[in-house]
Amino acid sequence: MSDQAATFSGAIPDTVKTERSRSFWQAVFRRLSRDPLTMICAAILLAIVLIAIFAPWIAPNDPYKTSMVRRLKPPGTPGYWLGTDELGRDMLSRLIYGGRLSLFMGFTPVVVATFIGGTLGVIAGYAGGRINMAIMRLIDVFYAFPSVLLAVAISGALGAGIVNGLVSLILVFIPPIARVAESVTTQVRTQDFIEAARATGASGARIVTGHVLSNVVGPILIYASSLISVSIVIASGLSFLGLGVSPPLADWGLMLNTLRQSIYIAPVNAVLPGVMIFTTSMCFNLMSDGLRSAMDVKG
Amino acid sequence: MLFYILRRFLYTLPIAIGVSLVCFALVHLAPGDPISAILPENASPQLIEEVKTAYGFDKPLPIQYLYWLGNVVSGDLGTSIMTRRAVLSEVIPAVGNTLILAACAVLIGFVVGIGLGTIAGYNSGSILDKAVTAFAITGVSVPHYWLGMVLIVLFSVNLGWLPATGMGSLGSGELPFTLDGLKHIILPAMTLAVIPAGIIARSVRATVSEVRKQDFVQTLYAKGLTSRYVFVHVAKNAAPTVLAIMGLQLAQLLGGSILVETVFAWPGTGFLLNAAIFTRDLPILQGTILVLSIFFVVTNLAVDVLQMMLDPRVKRV
Repeated sequence: MSDQAATFSGAIPDTVKTERSRSFWQAVFRRLSRDPLTMICAAILLAIVLIAIFAPWIAPNDPYKTSMVRRLKPPGTPGYWLGTDELGRDMLSRLIYGGRLSLFMGFTPVVVATFIGGTLGVIAGYAGGRINMAIMRLIDVFYAFPSVLLAVAISGALGAGIVNGLVSLILVFIPPIARVAESVTTQVRTQDFIEAARATGASGARIVTGHVLSNVVGPILIYASSLISVSIVIASGLSFLGLGVSPPLADWGLMLNTLRQSIYIAPVNAVLPGVMIFTTSMCFNLMSDGLRSAMDVKG
Repeated sequence: MLFYILRRFLYTLPIAIGVSLVCFALVHLAPGDPISAILPENASPQLIEEVKTAYGFDKPLPIQYLYWLGNVVSGDLGTSIMTRRAVLSEVIPAVGNTLILAACAVLIGFVVGIGLGTIAGYNSGSILDKAVTAFAITGVSVPHYWLGMVLIVLFSVNLGWLPATGMGSLGSGELPFTLDGLKHIILPAMTLAVIPAGIIARSVRATVSEVRKQDFVQTLYAKGLTSRYVFVHVAKNAAPTVLAIMGLQLAQLLGGSILVETVFAWPGTGFLLNAAIFTRDLPILQGTILVLSIFFVVTNLAVDVLQMMLDPRVKRV
């Protein structure tokens, strides 16, 4: 806490301040490295990401090669460790390749929405008054939809496709991020050091970039990190509904969708892609929790 | 109090209008002309013009919106392109089915969530607490459409105890609590309940342990009250926060049920939406989303008012 208090106080000379704030981040990393659960999750996620990136070198078979004779082979079949899908494609290779799209579809919307929603929220929080009203009421309208419903509504109207899926997810995540950004900015704005900066004649833009941002970025990023797991689950859900990623591309949600028809014949194959979605989402959730307690941010 | 309710209501009105605007825009977001779906590909330009005039698509967008809003307020949500029936007569039974499912899920989710959360809050730091936290995190992270499939594999395919899909006798409008109806609702309701149960358990745990740290609890114990009576006080103080979260979850369930309904072929709004998306039946898509989101807005309003009645401190904020 004392480190945080130091970064909040504007009276400390610049050199001391940077030294202190560096030690805050060092403290965060020290705390993270002593949290075994977070480290395990980080390792699993790193492995999933690396496997997805190096898929062409790791996958044992071509993920698109179909075969009518070896459809729905059970896991453990020689050459096809995790069996085959309803078109005879190798499950393991498709799961490895599927990570590429599933992670991309889960991660990108949060990054873009954090940028847009964060900017909107900081502007609304810092400007206050009518600008705040205008931005936040607009945000409230989108917040008035249940998140899954909004995603399905927008991508349902736009039609299936990766880009449409991304657009709908970005629109889903802008409102909650903007709300968090607005409330932390409003809190920071009333602090004494902002008043002091204003008294020294700093411009609005200088105050926002120099003093406000450094204090609001942490909470916004922590909140955004908690959305990644939601995003992965909803993105795969869209593909599961036949929106989002379209066949024959490999995506965990889409694989669940197409394998659902075979649930009575090959139940293990049918639920395998979900294991990947679940593991990834769980690890992101636990990591976000670990990060939150390491940075000691409440809320 | 009346003033607060009125103010809260006035605040909801522009949001409801905004929601209707978004729903109206959905149809115009869609690629292609909204009328291209109802006309054959080789329709003559004259016919296209006629249909445009008939549906009011030749007027400027703001006029179209007002025209549409007027119809919506008087209960006319348009006509389904596929079935040629009024959208409202398709949406209402679907909303009913979704509500049956959501109500059961809410019941399970709330009971499990509050129970586990209270146990964990009273034993913070213990193994029980850690187990509940693990359950809560799992509940929040699990893709529920996948959980539904796993439950089908376990209880329908392997054990053969419960039916995998459909509503059974619940759908035929008979007595809702027959054994067959219950059998059909158990799996989808359990699947849908997992996320709210996790979220509620988490926040009840946090609220209860927060309230228990407050001075008045110490005073109550010092006065010689038994822990059962202290619990009543703790519950009273935790209730408003918990209620707010539960209200939000109830409303989220209505939207979240789309995926679960698809897995279990439950003939609710999710099922209807799914069909509408694939047949490009935009009036149905628009109508269903409008009804669900207005329901969501009204639920939030009701929760806010209820919360204020329970905890007058909210009013001052």
